[in-house]
Amino acid sequence: MSFDVAQIRKDFPVLAETINGKPLVYLDSANSSQKPFSVISAMSNFMEHAYGPTNRSAYQLAAHATDLYEGARAKVASFINARTPAEVIFTKNATESLNLIVRSWGAANLGKGDVVVLTHMEHHANIVPWQMLAAEKGFTIRWVPLTNDGLLDLTDIDALLTGAKAFSFTAMSNVLGTINPTKELVAAAHRHGAIAIVDGCQSVPHMATDVQDLDADFLAFSSHKMVGPTGIGMLWGREELLESMPPFLGGGNMIADVKLDGFTCAELPAKFEAGTQPIVEAVGLAAAVDYLTALGMNNIRQHEIDITRYALDTLTERFGDDIVIHGSRNVEVRGATISFAFRDVHPHDISQVLDQNNVCVRAGHHCAKPLMRLLGANATARASFYLYNTTGEVDALCDALTETGDFFTL
Amino acid sequence: MPGLEDLYREIILDHYKSPRNRGSLEPPAVRAEGHNPLCGDEIEVFLDVTDGVVSDIKIGGQGCSISQSSASMMSAAVKGKPIADVRALISRFKHMMSIDEDGPEPDTSAPLGDLEALQGVVKFPVRIKCAVLSWNTLAEALDIASN
Repeated sequence: MSFDVAQIRKDFPVLAETINGKPLVYLDSANSSQKPFSVISAMSNFMEHAYGPTNRSAYQLAAHATDLYEGARAKVASFINARTPAEVIFTKNATESLNLIVRSWGAANLGKGDVVVLTHMEHHANIVPWQMLAAEKGFTIRWVPLTNDGLLDLTDIDALLTGAKAFSFTAMSNVLGTINPTKELVAAAHRHGAIAIVDGCQSVPHMATDVQDLDADFLAFSSHKMVGPTGIGMLWGREELLESMPPFLGGGNMIADVKLDGFTCAELPAKFEAGTQPIVEAVGLAAAVDYLTALGMNNIRQHEIDITRYALDTLTERFGDDIVIHGSRNVEVRGATISFAFRDVHPHDISQVLDQNNVCVRAGHHCAKPLMRLLGANATARASFYLYNTTGEVDALCDALTETGDFFTL
Repeated sequence: MPGLEDLYREIILDHYKSPRNRGSLEPPAVRAEGHNPLCGDEIEVFLDVTDGVVSDIKIGGQGCSISQSSASMMSAAVKGKPIADVRALISRFKHMMSIDEDGPEPDTSAPLGDLEALQGVVKFPVRIKCAVLSWNTLAEALDIASN
């Protein structure tokens, strides 16, 4: 099946929007992705014709809504090859998923003298919750450093993991685009008796994911980065691990029984889903999973490899020493997320000129301030590509950068 | 849609290329810092206050052209001025940036000089925070100096 980007773009109504007559060049999918018609209409159809609460009521409307909600869970479970849907917990977003791991697994298992290993390329969501817990519990955080190419420096990985209880790392960097050797990292963690927590926010939307093959213990990812709606995130966890953990949020739905003097928990997955869940969003997410599955994750990955290669080549060709592209040039180990410095124009000013041309990039620290400091920058500009982007849009980015250079003759 | 020339007037780019009053001051000079977490702008304002007058001011930090040029223009505008005048200028600048604070309408009779060039920033709401960063930091420095 050939990957027809022109046809795919027709599925995304936003891409037809123009601002001041100029087409939208959306290069910020690493931040959040656009939504296809099928996701939008799944949600509005549900609200228009079939909305009902889940798991609480005894009438057909509610039963049907429950089927759709649990159906979404089963779809996500299949998408990542989980053993059972009970291992898929719905949260508000991936940040909440990571906080759940830290607050529930972490608080019950970590104390003074324990070690958690993170990496220098982590997003704040996989740093701050650990720091918050470490301040309470007194465990140590160690850091896997980076090479000059923006890959993980695994020279001393065994020393770092010695005595560690958890190794929490990103499968793909949202700044450098680096695709980490997740399977090997999980194996390294297990060799040292540590659990492996994978931040899959940037990887799950862009390449095939198989949690059984990876042998991971936890995987956090989010809907809005994979053409689904905002407001729903996912946590996959090994069943035995989730069973052993205390609940995260308390309230309705996650209980079996509540007496005046205490409560008992519900079974998985409900144990970790307190209160009314994002039902409408789950319906949208199910449609998103269908959309991606129909396209084929390997096809999406190949499309991004082609665009990344084109982008790296074209940016280098047109701008030479005027552009510094962070991270590796090897498209086998780097995804379609490209952070760069352009001459000495501040990223905020770069994004301003790009915005005049409707080219949308992110400028800032990308929620990775420790990484920014290592790169020697307060901020970078970042262009990120997804299944609906074209090589023509790479050219538009380059044209806008040329204009930026002309404007800021510093 | 407003054009780039509305935002990046010549004077702004001049102040960005050649920022005035860069550096630091030793204690007893006051130091305040501010930053824009969203885009990575950082500002340090050093103030020497003598007999109720800003006798010296230095600017440190790094950031986008709007934040840095605003800081530079600000330093030139307030150096040598009495504190009351500086506070009035802060209020007037923020009013120009459409950050209407509670209180009476600021006196707009005196010319703003180079600062006029920043008027275009209001057409780009995302950049207002950049322009105002140094002014908020200056206000904080004045608060520290008066304690």
